Amino acid sequence: MGQILLNGIVKSYGKEVVVKNLDLLVEPGEFLTILGPSGCGKTTTLRMIAGLEEPNQGNIKLDDKVVFSRNEGVVIPPEARNLGLIFQSYALWPHMTVEKNITLALKEQKISKDEIASRLANALDMVQLTGYAERYPSELSGGQQQRVAVARLIALRPTILLMDEPLSNLDAKLRTEMRASLKRLHRDLDATTVYVTHDQIEALTLSDRVIIMNEGQIMQEGSPYDIYHHPTNIFVAEFIGDPGINLFEGNIENGKLNCGGISIPLPNNISSNNGRITVGVRPEKIEVSESKKSGWQEVTTGIIQPTGANTIMEVKSEDTSITVLQNGFINLSENSKLWINFDPKTLSFFDSKTQENLRNKMV
Amino acid sequence: MRNIFYQTYRLKNRPEIITGLIALCFLGFVVLVPLIQIIKDALTFHSYDLAYKPDGVVGEFTFLHLDRVFNQPISAALFYKPLLNSLKMGLAVTVIALSVGFCLAWLMVRTNVHFKGVFGGMLVIPYMMPSWVMAIAWLSLFKNDRIGGSEGLLTYLTGVQAPDWVAYGFFPIVITLALHYYAYAYLLISGALATIDSELEEAGAASGMGKWKRIRVITIPLLMPAIGSAIVLTFIRILGTFGTPALLGLPVRFFTFSTQIYASINARNQGDAFVLALVLIVLAISFIWINSRIIGVRKSYVTMTGKGFRKSESDLGKMRWPITILIILFLCITVALPLILLLWESLTLIPGDYSLSNLTNYFWIGQGNVSLAYGEPGIFHNRGIIEALLNSIKLGFAAALFNGVLGLLVGYAVVRGRGARLSKWLESIAFAPYIFPSIALGAIYIGMFSTNIGPIPALYGTFTILILITVIKNLPFTSRTGIAAILQIHQSLEEAARVQGIGWFRRMLRIIIPLSMSGLVAGMLLTFITAMRELSLIILLISPGNMVLTGLIFSYQEQDMAQHSSAVTLMLVLIIISISVIVRIMSRRAGVGRLNVA
Repeated sequence: MGQILLNGIVKSYGKEVVVKNLDLLVEPGEFLTILGPSGCGKTTTLRMIAGLEEPNQGNIKLDDKVVFSRNEGVVIPPEARNLGLIFQSYALWPHMTVEKNITLALKEQKISKDEIASRLANALDMVQLTGYAERYPSELSGGQQQRVAVARLIALRPTILLMDEPLSNLDAKLRTEMRASLKRLHRDLDATTVYVTHDQIEALTLSDRVIIMNEGQIMQEGSPYDIYHHPTNIFVAEFIGDPGINLFEGNIENGKLNCGGISIPLPNNISSNNGRITVGVRPEKIEVSESKKSGWQEVTTGIIQPTGANTIMEVKSEDTSITVLQNGFINLSENSKLWINFDPKTLSFFDSKTQENLRNKMV
Repeated sequence: MRNIFYQTYRLKNRPEIITGLIALCFLGFVVLVPLIQIIKDALTFHSYDLAYKPDGVVGEFTFLHLDRVFNQPISAALFYKPLLNSLKMGLAVTVIALSVGFCLAWLMVRTNVHFKGVFGGMLVIPYMMPSWVMAIAWLSLFKNDRIGGSEGLLTYLTGVQAPDWVAYGFFPIVITLALHYYAYAYLLISGALATIDSELEEAGAASGMGKWKRIRVITIPLLMPAIGSAIVLTFIRILGTFGTPALLGLPVRFFTFSTQIYASINARNQGDAFVLALVLIVLAISFIWINSRIIGVRKSYVTMTGKGFRKSESDLGKMRWPITILIILFLCITVALPLILLLWESLTLIPGDYSLSNLTNYFWIGQGNVSLAYGEPGIFHNRGIIEALLNSIKLGFAAALFNGVLGLLVGYAVVRGRGARLSKWLESIAFAPYIFPSIALGAIYIGMFSTNIGPIPALYGTFTILILITVIKNLPFTSRTGIAAILQIHQSLEEAARVQGIGWFRRMLRIIIPLSMSGLVAGMLLTFITAMRELSLIILLISPGNMVLTGLIFSYQEQDMAQHSSAVTLMLVLIIISISVIVRIMSRRAGVGRLNVA
């Protein structure tokens, strides 16, 4: 129960195409996150699944039921799709108490009074809002409003949960808390979840699978681990990771890539390539030494930003600037000397022209 | 075929398109079709034209009406003089009303004049009353022996006959209309003034501008959109107004456009009346167009932040009390005096005798006496009056109800369909009645509904046509209210209900209507008031079968039954004012209710 299938979906507003030929399968019980910058078409995709937007082309199936098909002429309205949606703005009805907000849809479905009462109690209990049933939304804090929106979903017991940036209106601390409770909710309800966000931390922490979208197209789909470690192209590599990945672009000479003052050794299968390539190195994968080591490259430090558990360092070699992330709280003055080294196993290589990962091409 | 299926499915999924289409068809029928109809009628040879041109063929295309209105010896009396009178009248009233309204708005918003709370409520009372109440009061005061019957209070007290130019015609029409329309300008300008952040002016002061320069360079330009629309809308309303020019102008054969249309219709010369109505509409459209060309672009910087900002009040100093007293005097003349005159007039036994010994309550509770006022009983025993009162209330209720529903549906379709062509069409067509001066719209409806159209019977002379025209005339206002109300409801509130399986009708009932209630109810009550006091719009359409209070007052006045007309007017005014008070209280409550918090 709870499979979602999108097939050849195209959506445009006037001349602007926001979703370009999208195929997507969400397995029952899966937690899928659609991640992308604003305007990439992720929210539109979610709203098309919900039925709030109509695709221009393609089919959408929920389990075995076709809910939209341009060819077959089927449009099932959102009312009849039987899924749950959490809005960025929570969309609580301001003129109704928490209780009415949660039970309105149940009453419309002609569910028995006892059943409604027990579902209400259960939903409030799950979001730890027992005792708030008589409050109006305006009398609750942002986090509490968010939990009412979740309780409204729980009471309806949909097999599919859609969430549209549900945490973006909360402050940083609440966001971390709510992230954990959304994960718990997904586990307890065992519902298929599609989660839309532009926040990579939410995507990496919550999901079974992540889809990265840009300009209406899927850039990469895979587990959070894959997305982080094996980006398929430069866009994904840059989009994921904070601080961002270091990218060095240059020509291959003698099995090495030379970029400004930096020289990076390349594995054989890469160095046989022609043309310009781009090498990506995650800041935490760069090895650092305060004393000179043979074969390592000398750099000078720039701005040092300790964040507590980690330290972000800017180092320079000639005019090339490199970001390095080290564990611990490091006190170093600017313009000190350091030596760095690149482990070939941790590098990603991209064709500068096509922006694609070269490793994918070889496999 | 498949495509048709798909489109039907789509429609089922898009309630805003369905409501939009229905509203568009209905509005097209009641707004555009009548317009086309009178253009056609104005260009058609009618049976009543045989009197002027015996060899004409009924039903044939003709320029006869255009020719008569624009190009014959009779045109001077039929068209050019009324046109000139109307323009002169419109110009004079607009200038006076606007200056008075502007000064009052400035004093109320920007100075520390005393009693602001009381004044704020009192200043708009003339606007709540029908515009011709002042004219009836004027007649009680200055009526002379020119047209026979009784004479006014001035003659009674001093024995002096007011000269004709004071009693009738251009001068009193301008004064009485200005004393009504200043309130409209006051409302618009004080609203705009209140939204201008005085920090903008202080920024001017900081860069070294003097007080008058600040007003000239910063404040006035910011107010221009409000002043511009106040000018244009006042002007259009004056062009279409009927009551005052009829009461004060017709006795001396001073015709304006509106009274000339009325006269032509009464003379069974509908073709001429339609041509005049069309000219009036063209005039109105061109004024709106000019206004939007001159100031339209500037509307973008009307500063509406919605946040509470500081308003600086300048100190009037020594002038504080004198100016306060001036405002009190002004209110006495515009509010208290007319109402006292009406009351006194209604209590006199023999008209024109204002002594205490002549006072009677006969015209309120008398049973009817053949020697007095053609035997008409006092208003509490007068079946005709009671029926007209009930009709007025019925009209108000029906108009308010239909307007509320229509406003909500139009608002829903326009807001939810934003961006689509349907939404734009609907918004413009709902605004269209604005540009029809009241009397012209009445003329249009005569042309449209005097015979049956398909399954719709001839509505002329029925109560339905009064409801219909009132609803249509108020539509620009109510659809604005509806649009504003729906705009306040974030789309996600309705979508949340949709995905939870709640159908369109239940969504309207449980979410949309409760959330837009406060705005809608205030709008409906205002429609109720407008419907109760309307005369210009319906004067051409009322008959003994569908008489309402305003029409009755007019006919009493025509028959020189001053006590009856005064008593009925007073009753009407009291009803209207009490409902207005309720509206004010309600909208204030709605302003602090919990609905506003979210």
